[in-house]
Amino acid sequence: MVTSSVLESEAAALPADWRDLLALTKPRVMSLVVFTGLAGLLVAPVLPPLVLGFTAILCIALGAGAAGALNQWYEADLDAQMRRTANRPLPAGRMDRQTALHFGVGLGAFAVILMGLAANWLAALLLAASILFYVLVYTVWLKRRTAQNIVIGGAAGAFPPLIGWVAATGQIAPLPLILFAVIFLWTPPHFWALSLFVRSDYAAAKVPMLPVTAGVEATRRQVFLYSLPMTAAAVAPWPLGLAGSLYGVIATGLSAAFVIIAGLVLANRATEPAEMRPEKRLFGFSVIYLFALFAALVVDRWIGA
Amino acid sequence: MSGPDQKVRHEQEVVRRQRERARLMAWLLGAFVVLLFFITVAKIGINW
Repeated sequence: MVTSSVLESEAAALPADWRDLLALTKPRVMSLVVFTGLAGLLVAPVLPPLVLGFTAILCIALGAGAAGALNQWYEADLDAQMRRTANRPLPAGRMDRQTALHFGVGLGAFAVILMGLAANWLAALLLAASILFYVLVYTVWLKRRTAQNIVIGGAAGAFPPLIGWVAATGQIAPLPLILFAVIFLWTPPHFWALSLFVRSDYAAAKVPMLPVTAGVEATRRQVFLYSLPMTAAAVAPWPLGLAGSLYGVIATGLSAAFVIIAGLVLANRATEPAEMRPEKRLFGFSVIYLFALFAALVVDRWIGA
Repeated sequence: MSGPDQKVRHEQEVVRRQRERARLMAWLLGAFVVLLFFITVAKIGINW
């Protein structure tokens, strides 16, 4: 006789669907990572052969996917408590944790080794560092312990343009370091804008995001304050002679818009998510901002070349 | 729905997923071999 508990255990033992393995890699986050990595590669003074450039970007994408999978492996309990993440493969029960762990580790190792063989080992080292930083420093160490999780953890997402540049040149230079700084300083206002209007989710899951620990007003102040050095870093390549005036004008315009919307966030007094329109606008605009900024840098480099 | 029927459907689902993943893995391995070939050609070409 087949009991219901046997059937339940058998259902849990189903091989994971490949679509769920794909979802484990956070494809939407990956698109931004791939784009900034590609921009880093395209603004480098020397370009590798097409197939090696393609492989480098593929490795950056796979590395980001591995980091996303390991993040979801570790945070399955947390994801189950938040509406935004409850339907991910692990909390929804469509996959067992061991599959996610093996998939993440395997994908990460594959990406790093392929990067080393196709591009160079410095790029592979940076890729490994970015994966380990995201998984160990951000996910395991910081996320559940401090409100500064996003600030320090933001470094993990800042690696791709640096990796793209190093994959092309084999060296670290000032411009990719500035691009690193741009993403590093962009991450807090981007995520804090989101966490303002999903605050209750983070509070329910006991994640110490800034709006939960310091309150809404303090978070809005920090969003605005971080947008200022981010602007300075975004515009910096122009006066430093690392980018042309086309980039300078676009970066200035985009950053001014960012600061204005961050100012609207600062001025907002709403406490209900439904009334947090400036916060939602800033979150949406911040993604467009990063895409447009890096696209402008590539266009400037190629028109000026 | 009786228990045995469910068990048969479960087994069919396992086989379907295994086939789907095996087919995808075959394509990915094929693509990897092609990629390795072109990486080798590029590396030889530029005397890395």
